[in-house]
Amino acid sequence: MKIAIPELCLVVLIGPTGSGKSTFASRHFKPTEVVSSDTCRAMVADDATDQSATPDAFALLNFIAATRLRAGRLTVIDATSVQPRARKPLVGLAREHDCLSVAIVLNMPEALCLARNKDRPERSFGPHVVRNQAAQLKRSLRRLKREGFRYVFVLNSPEEVEEAFVERMPMWVNLRNEHGSFDIIGDVHGCFDELAILLKRLGYRLETRADDIGEPGFSVTHPQGRKAVFVGDLVDRGPAVAKVLNLVMSMTADGTAFCVAGNHEAKLVRKLQGRKVQISHGLAETLAQLEMESPEFQQRAAAFLDGLISHYVLDDGNLVVAHAGLKAEYQGRASARVRDFCLYGETTGETDEFGLPVRADWAVGYRGPATVVYGHTPVVEPAWLNRTINIDTGCVFGGRLTALRYPEKELVSVPAAQVYCEPVRPVAEDVQSEVSVVSAGTRAANVLDIGDVIGKRIVATRLRGNITVREENAAAALEVVSRFALDPRWLVYLPPTISPCETSALPGVLEHPTEVFAHFRNNGVSEVVCQEKHMGSRAVVVVGQDAAAIERRFGIAGEDIGTCYTRTGRRFFEDRILEAQFLERIRKGIADAGLWAELETDWVVLDSELMPWSLKAQELLREQYAAVGVAARTSLTAAESLLRQTMERGIDVGEALARVAERLNLTQLYSDAYARYCWPVTSLADIQLAPFHLLASEGQVHVGKDHLWHMGVAGRLHTADPGLFRDTHHKVVRLNTEDEVEATSWWEELTSKGGEGIVAKPMDFVAHGTRGLVQPAMKCRGTEYLRIIYGPEYTLSENMDRLRKRNISTKRSLALREFALGLEGLQRFVEREPLHRVHECAFAVLALESEPVDPRL
Amino acid sequence: MLLTISTTHRPATDLGFLVHKNPARFQSFKLPFGRADVFYPEAESHRCTVALLLNIDPVGLVRLKPGAPKGGGWLEQYVNDRPYVASSHLSVAIAKVFGSALAGNSRDRPDLAEQAIPLEARIPVVPSREGADLIGNLFEPLGYAVGIEGRPLDERFPEWGPSPYFSVRLAATTRLRDLLVHLYVLLPVLDDHKHYWVGDDEVAKLLRFGEGWLDGHPLRDLISRRYLKHQRGLVDQALVQLLDAGPTDPGTAATRHEQAEKQLETPLRLSEQRIQAVLDALRSLGAVKVLDLGCGEGRLIHALLGESSVRSITGIDVSLRALATARRRLRLNDLPPRQQQRVNLLHGSLVYGDSRLSGHDAAIAMEVIEHIDAPRLDAFEEAVFGSAQPKAVLVTTPNAEHNAVFDRLPAGAFRHGDHRFEWTREQFRDWSGRVANRRRYDVRFQDIGPVHPDHGAPTQMGIFTQ
Repeated sequence: MKIAIPELCLVVLIGPTGSGKSTFASRHFKPTEVVSSDTCRAMVADDATDQSATPDAFALLNFIAATRLRAGRLTVIDATSVQPRARKPLVGLAREHDCLSVAIVLNMPEALCLARNKDRPERSFGPHVVRNQAAQLKRSLRRLKREGFRYVFVLNSPEEVEEAFVERMPMWVNLRNEHGSFDIIGDVHGCFDELAILLKRLGYRLETRADDIGEPGFSVTHPQGRKAVFVGDLVDRGPAVAKVLNLVMSMTADGTAFCVAGNHEAKLVRKLQGRKVQISHGLAETLAQLEMESPEFQQRAAAFLDGLISHYVLDDGNLVVAHAGLKAEYQGRASARVRDFCLYGETTGETDEFGLPVRADWAVGYRGPATVVYGHTPVVEPAWLNRTINIDTGCVFGGRLTALRYPEKELVSVPAAQVYCEPVRPVAEDVQSEVSVVSAGTRAANVLDIGDVIGKRIVATRLRGNITVREENAAAALEVVSRFALDPRWLVYLPPTISPCETSALPGVLEHPTEVFAHFRNNGVSEVVCQEKHMGSRAVVVVGQDAAAIERRFGIAGEDIGTCYTRTGRRFFEDRILEAQFLERIRKGIADAGLWAELETDWVVLDSELMPWSLKAQELLREQYAAVGVAARTSLTAAESLLRQTMERGIDVGEALARVAERLNLTQLYSDAYARYCWPVTSLADIQLAPFHLLASEGQVHVGKDHLWHMGVAGRLHTADPGLFRDTHHKVVRLNTEDEVEATSWWEELTSKGGEGIVAKPMDFVAHGTRGLVQPAMKCRGTEYLRIIYGPEYTLSENMDRLRKRNISTKRSLALREFALGLEGLQRFVEREPLHRVHECAFAVLALESEPVDPRL
Repeated sequence: MLLTISTTHRPATDLGFLVHKNPARFQSFKLPFGRADVFYPEAESHRCTVALLLNIDPVGLVRLKPGAPKGGGWLEQYVNDRPYVASSHLSVAIAKVFGSALAGNSRDRPDLAEQAIPLEARIPVVPSREGADLIGNLFEPLGYAVGIEGRPLDERFPEWGPSPYFSVRLAATTRLRDLLVHLYVLLPVLDDHKHYWVGDDEVAKLLRFGEGWLDGHPLRDLISRRYLKHQRGLVDQALVQLLDAGPTDPGTAATRHEQAEKQLETPLRLSEQRIQAVLDALRSLGAVKVLDLGCGEGRLIHALLGESSVRSITGIDVSLRALATARRRLRLNDLPPRQQQRVNLLHGSLVYGDSRLSGHDAAIAMEVIEHIDAPRLDAFEEAVFGSAQPKAVLVTTPNAEHNAVFDRLPAGAFRHGDHRFEWTREQFRDWSGRVANRRRYDVRFQDIGPVHPDHGAPTQMGIFTQ
């Protein structure tokens, strides 16, 4: 006997002890698919026959089965299950996980069971046990279907068992092997003319033909072999329902289309089956139109409609099509609940002022990996939300008939020739959201969920694999993001930290270019670009060609043509007028440099340094840097004068005086060091921006271009507006050549004049060396500059000797992880991934930044 | 860091006997954090001055701190005023180098040690974040003539304003031991900001050193509180590192802001009135399951626990530290199980959707929205009204018009440093009306606190109901 079961189901083996369930299971199923009550009993009580352990054993069995079903794995229950009350929870379990349940009954002769038990010394119970079980089984046989088993197979003899074989059938919804390409078509509602035009526009060739029994049909083909997928609601309301059905039936029969059921089909089927339904919402038109068709056609149509599946899972599971959408847990499953969701969506049980059900917005919470395309509720403009899109653009209501090309994800639509039906509820921007007036962008803003960010997280990056964020770091980041950060839609990128070079052994310096070159050399890099390091604040600038571009791409409506934020995602400018002027200058600079046109974009993301330092670091400067300076000067000046006085009295003060004088001198140098980077800002003229990476623009993350390209862009911006854009001096250094010496003297010259130092980057933006991913940048700071890092007196030899002991490995690892996360976020943004997927990267960078690392590095 | 003590008692050089240090020698003493030099810039019979110069090791301070958190104890920066200012380190040096004098002992001049003599102490850098007044208020009640000179942060940047440091001169006719004891206790009190080293024995020490003067001091409470100040947890450190401001401890800043706001509103006992108004509203709504959005340190939860009709209280806050404080203050772990079950504290954010917040009768956002950047109120609205959808929402927020009534608040300033906005009655009604309309709630408004005829009540409350 062939036992055909769905590929995903709960199989319940039913039979008295000794009926051969375990043997059957081991022959037809993988050992891991079988959950046996005896095994569970042994696990909890060290004894497979300990009946007192039964409740615990079944709790374990249930847990294992539930976990497997949740994960979508076929599961076999090996327990006697001869009593209805034993089977009831199993059927419930399957239903709870939207899986079908299958009963396989081993109805063996009682004598055989008894004989088998005799051979097993551990089963010492008397014959009455088997007898009772057999009797219970007999009583159960006819009621199994009623109990909820979708398929029941009964094997009545050892011979039948011997001949039985199990065949796993693909689920009806499973079209994973169909890889397209597809054209998914929204709610047609009898709009035949529009459908025909749309199909032609999509490249299909439509011909009428007579089929073998002489009824007129259609032949529809696509030169590239594309297939159409209809989201349901072919019928009702519109003018040519029968013709639409005819077309779609022809296409599905020919294998050039798939069609899922819509709620209108479901209701029509009930009507055609003679059940009592309310003739409303356009059903009357359909019935009238079908009346005009031949009885044969009516019959065929009824069969076609009745056979429609709730949803399809296509293209290796990457695409799901369901009439009203489908949440991730239900995809690929079969149950009444799943079917209802597919047909009607998730409703809250309430109705709105138009008497229509208020829908819960399942798409807001959707976090599944598959793209879900659906219809059912007309929208003015289809909008992506968390990998879902509603393409019902209300053709029958005078809107458009829309198709989504997959995998291209392009929308193609045809306007309705007329209004065929007045909508009960006005077609809103997006009626799915309960806030009817918000645009698609605003809605996306509000869909981040706490579950997207808190707890231990693992972010998969293409550059560096899985990156783990610890729970406590995520908690710290949550506070910072919630209290201080900009709207997450702006935060497509947060910059990585930059590691310093190894500590130099040269006298009087902690950092020296020699170490930078050595590092890159040791990692197999042959060429680096050394860039002057500007001492300001790291700033990310997002700017669009106009406010409309920002709304379109970032979903942020309003006047803003961009924003500028710090490395922790805070808005840079408190003064919004100054910010607007600043962004306008940048926008103009980009235009004058010809970059909008050249990059074919209307937005860019720049990584840059913004000066002066005092603009953002005001509090830090006042509370720490200047304060320490004045305290040191005052204190040491007084000490110097008292020591001098003491010495003048003829007392030997040893080295104390000379030492205080030296310290006083260092203190002065320290104050000079920070003062260089400070100037008051009264207008935009006092602000300078030094961009060093043009990170992304429409369709592109510019990591494939080397740093000379990025420096070239920066140079062009400088030329376009030298007042705002500061040029970044840079030198290309071929390692192991004289270039190193030249670059070193350049560094010395820069830093002796008070410059912060240099940042060296491998020529390639993303460089893989002999030891994997190479540090994307490494800083080498000047001796004077480091006074504001290590304190005024750090150059005193006894201090310096100790400061040389510093551990940069954590910082290095952090820099690489943050680099990978930053680029991942940009890539996801450019690829138009859902907001939560972009946000998780920026959030992870912030979380990593809360890891304890020596802040002086 | 430097301290000088001078006397004009004759012979002034007897000062050497009182501090047990020879005026003719330059002496050095090793300390856990560096070295102390003692020397006499002047030693005449009419006037003698002893100087105590501390050479604090700035690197050791950061690196050698025992039990410093991994990552180098970054709260202590190398760029640090510790080596230069009068702080707890100076107290330790006084005890170590002038120990006998501090105890009132003198081997060679025991009577002089017990005698009030003209003394003058000079400290070139005394930190006082509160300004010069506190220095006077601390020392003047003890009989000192106090001279104070302030300094700008940086002459090159006059716009940065004054520094928190003062050169201080204290003069009095008193026993040397009294002067030393006062310095020993009060310098760390002034330095409040960075005074970390408090241990268990400090209470006993304070009682011992404060004997005879602390009890009657008008600032007794402040002195005790600051002298015994405790360190903060590690979570804060992670947080500080994230903030752009760098080393400024947000906790300290927040506490400062809290206090400023409280002081402003204290005469009204406004916070109690707010809680009362919220409780009254909840009672009339018959709320059983309530949500305290931005519960902070749990003041409202404490009040809610007293409401028998409220059976379940969920407090949510974005600050882990605030939640930990709430847990401690509410003594959650000590409550009987049934009470414990009534309260649930959650770490979360009001700008993310959160399914844990669904299914409540009422949500209270008491003095919360003004801490959210105005452009992010949309996300708050979505999280609370769109996603959590409690049957009722109570929102309280300051009425900006009423600020005119607070004479201590400069015009245009906010009541709290972290307020992102303060709304007039019209602005609040406008926002509330739009939210209610969009989200299908009804809203009515209520004043909290004494109503001023022109400026209205200090606090306004919106009661949203489904």
